[in-house]
Amino acid sequence: MKRFIASLLVAFSLAAPAFAQEGGPAWDKFPTERLTDQAALQHGAKLFVNYCLNCHQAAYMRYNRLHDIGLTDDQIKSNLLFAGDKVGDLMKTSLAPQDAKAFFGTVPPDLSVITRSRSGPNGSGADYLYTYLRSFYRDETRPTGWNNRVFPNVGMPHVLWELQGTQRAVFEDEKGEGEQVEHVFKGLKLETPGTLSTADYNADVADLVAYLQWMSEPAQNDRVKLGVEVLIFLAIFWVISWRLNAAYWKDVR
Amino acid sequence: MSEFKVAPANASAGVKLLTWVDNRFPASKLWKEHLSEYYAPKNFNFWYFFGSLALLVLVIQIVTGIFLVMHYKPDAAQAFASVEYIMRDVPWGWLVRYMHSTGASAFFVVVYLHMFRGFLYGSYRKPRELVWIFGCAIFLCLMGEAFMGYLLPWGQMSYWGAQVIVNLFSAIPVVGPELSLMIRGDYVVSDATLNRFFSFHVIAIPLILLGLVVAHVIALHEVGSNNPDGIEIKDKKDARGVPLDGIPFHPYYSVHDLLGVVTFLILFSAVVFFAPEMGGYFLESNNFIPADSLKTPPHIAPVWYFTPFYSMLRATTDDMLKVFDVLVIVAAGLALLKGRFSGLAKAVIVVATLVVLTGFGLFKFTGIGALSGCDAKFWGVLVMGGSVVILFFMPWLDQSPVKSIRYRPDWHKAVYAVFVVVFLILGYLGIEPPDPLKTAISQVGTVLYFAFFLLMPWWSQMGTFKPVPDRVVFHAH
Repeated sequence: MKRFIASLLVAFSLAAPAFAQEGGPAWDKFPTERLTDQAALQHGAKLFVNYCLNCHQAAYMRYNRLHDIGLTDDQIKSNLLFAGDKVGDLMKTSLAPQDAKAFFGTVPPDLSVITRSRSGPNGSGADYLYTYLRSFYRDETRPTGWNNRVFPNVGMPHVLWELQGTQRAVFEDEKGEGEQVEHVFKGLKLETPGTLSTADYNADVADLVAYLQWMSEPAQNDRVKLGVEVLIFLAIFWVISWRLNAAYWKDVR
Repeated sequence: MSEFKVAPANASAGVKLLTWVDNRFPASKLWKEHLSEYYAPKNFNFWYFFGSLALLVLVIQIVTGIFLVMHYKPDAAQAFASVEYIMRDVPWGWLVRYMHSTGASAFFVVVYLHMFRGFLYGSYRKPRELVWIFGCAIFLCLMGEAFMGYLLPWGQMSYWGAQVIVNLFSAIPVVGPELSLMIRGDYVVSDATLNRFFSFHVIAIPLILLGLVVAHVIALHEVGSNNPDGIEIKDKKDARGVPLDGIPFHPYYSVHDLLGVVTFLILFSAVVFFAPEMGGYFLESNNFIPADSLKTPPHIAPVWYFTPFYSMLRATTDDMLKVFDVLVIVAAGLALLKGRFSGLAKAVIVVATLVVLTGFGLFKFTGIGALSGCDAKFWGVLVMGGSVVILFFMPWLDQSPVKSIRYRPDWHKAVYAVFVVVFLILGYLGIEPPDPLKTAISQVGTVLYFAFFLLMPWWSQMGTFKPVPDRVVFHAH
């Protein structure tokens, strides 16, 4: 028995570093405390509807689910509904798929569960998006004029460029093995500032990602709350069943 | 047929009703035989929780499954959206879905531990061979059930996992390509595949599974439960014919199992409510992308509970076949030299060995078409299938004079520990993308896995066994 547990521990300690090995640039940590901050989620929803929903859709998400982050029907209607949809409608886009394909080379993915699909070896899906939306840089070789550090040759242009400004990738030539000269990435440099400071832009992106994370599973905050109650109930029930068992088994010799 | 009973005139309505039923259906008889007068050994330990827990998870899966089917659409165009509809718009749908997805993994956790209990205490030994065989059949059904159910959310991993596994059948010589076409109902995994997998997942396999579970329990109650000492409690009975070391299942084990059930539910709820994705092991991130037949994900891995077997499939490369060549030649050589076989049996062994070696492609160098052998993929499928099927033979592979690990030589415990570690390492490697080192480790693991079973008739008899007591070891609680 002890040996069995010991072997389980060995196996898990083998499994843990498995995720650390795979490549790609590191992802920044998304500030998770924003997930429970209603103001941040509401601001994120506004950014989402204004900047993302034109090309992407969130076809599994209904506008009126925004009640869960403290918005009323009237607020949704006057601030977030542009195409005259009803509050009970799904978040669809008016961009036709064939047009999208012509504009961007691919149909922009549905964003309903995007954060859940992007978790990987470098972090959570929210970490990925938080890094991705801050890693666009100018690249004249691309059709849109933009490229991205964590999603090389991405089809999407930098939609938030007015807020962030434009970044440029800094490469330096370094001597590699033998005669080879390596083109090494040294970081992104803000070239022309946008309407927001870097700190404010990061905060905006964090709000947007918080919203995306919330939207990927609108029940998640309720789930955790209910989970606490269920576990408290089960803990009490455990004590009862433990004593019940002891009461019966005291006869067994 | 039993005698027709008449309830006393002054009996309560309940007694009268029960008498009426008992005259027509063996209600009281079944209750007694399977619960209140089913005598189980009193020395069950921690490992004996997992049988009743498996039953609990089965019920959870069936009940949540019924509610999921009310809202799920088995249609390639709507399946993914209907799952998200359940997660968002169906009241409590997220809870039902997470219970079902977590239940799938919990089922395997519980069943693996339940099976390992059998290993530890020799629960498959005479007279419990059929209990074990029904159990192995349940495990096979469970694998089919899990595999087909995993296609239903219609995400990328669902789709490509099914594609990879169904393609394996095409490696079978002659009938393979037709067979895989028949399973899919199409040339690629498609709407037709989704529909038939749905049908199998919600009707066909659960029916077989329930029948097997009933057979498993009936067979168990016929022969009686084994225990951690591996002693037959029926050998020592009191004047009434009740085993001295037996206690009625109800109420003793029903309250005992209740404690196990609540403990299990605490762990289960912790996953359902706080980590339903379980770090990508229970719900894989790739499966939140709708299935796309034109985009193959860079890395396709089965869910964790299949990975030990998947590892063994991947370990079977052309190089591995050469190892198999050597092992088969050594085994056949030993059988011919050491075994006391008749001349005819020896001839059969030689022919069989040559056929197998031809199959492995040992005589490929001759350039003769008929001697080219089957490719490694086919043998990989056979190895993977064999790694599960070999479990059925445990009752006859184990030749140890005692049942329980408690009275076996200490080094047997080390053998079991190595087996568990090998199984876990194979499981881990099955999730990882392959590289030469990992493939080599999984090849060593595969050989060790099969050596554990195939050499069991010899190693299980070796060493100094401890004396088995007459009565079970029990310390009052």
